[in-house]
Amino acid sequence: MLEYIWAFLIGGGICAVGQVLIDYTKLTPARILTGYVVAGVLISALGLYQPLIDFAGGGATVPLTGFGHLLAEGIRKSVEEKGWLGVFSGGLTASAAGITAAMLFGLAASAIFKPKDK
Amino acid sequence: MEISPELYQDMQDAAAPKSRSYVNIPMAFLAGGLICVLGECILNLLTYWGVEQEAAGSWTSVILVFLSALLTGLGWYERIAKHAGAGTLVPITGFANGVTSSAIEARTEGWILGVGSKIFTIAGPVILYGTAASVVYGIMLMLFGMFL
Repeated sequence: MLEYIWAFLIGGGICAVGQVLIDYTKLTPARILTGYVVAGVLISALGLYQPLIDFAGGGATVPLTGFGHLLAEGIRKSVEEKGWLGVFSGGLTASAAGITAAMLFGLAASAIFKPKDK
Repeated sequence: MEISPELYQDMQDAAAPKSRSYVNIPMAFLAGGLICVLGECILNLLTYWGVEQEAAGSWTSVILVFLSALLTGLGWYERIAKHAGAGTLVPITGFANGVTSSAIEARTEGWILGVGSKIFTIAGPVILYGTAASVVYGIMLMLFGMFL
């Protein structure tokens, strides 16, 4: 039960920071998403993201900073195994499932659903 | 009357609806927190069924992306997002929502230069700069490995 509470608090907190950015800066949603992924890579590179996941689970993996962590983690592993080639292959390999799912389901949705009137 | 950019900005700020942070921020916290709890539930259910930890993480992303694409297609995600703000933007479901809604909107412009290119309106910058940042990190790891 406690892990769900931490997932809620940490995940909610990460999202609340995004809302502060929307309300008090002129950052657009696309910039915020991009910033979150890059921030995730950075925090993971500093070794601080894995402890957060151990602690908050989905609260840390579900926000887009978790996606950045996935990229950094993939690079770390592939550099160890393949050296310089790993620099090129690690990030997208680790994040392939999420990216492919977004493209595939997005494509399927565009074939099934009609655009809504604004 | 001469309208300077500054004056225009003031006029725009006055005309735009006031965003109420004391409502927006708790709503974002609540919605975002609940989506993360949903992710945690899916993850635990999968590991309970014997899916190995790392695969369960990937499956959780795939399932959340699927749910988001479905709700986006039905027009429900936007309705929740109107109240939840960053709470529905920052989780991976917000990324999937951006990808799906750009694809649906672009359908009238054809499959190749419409859906095919505009599906990356949101995904493109996220994937490009995320990958670039990870490559910078990889280069640093290699250089540290060579010299230390």
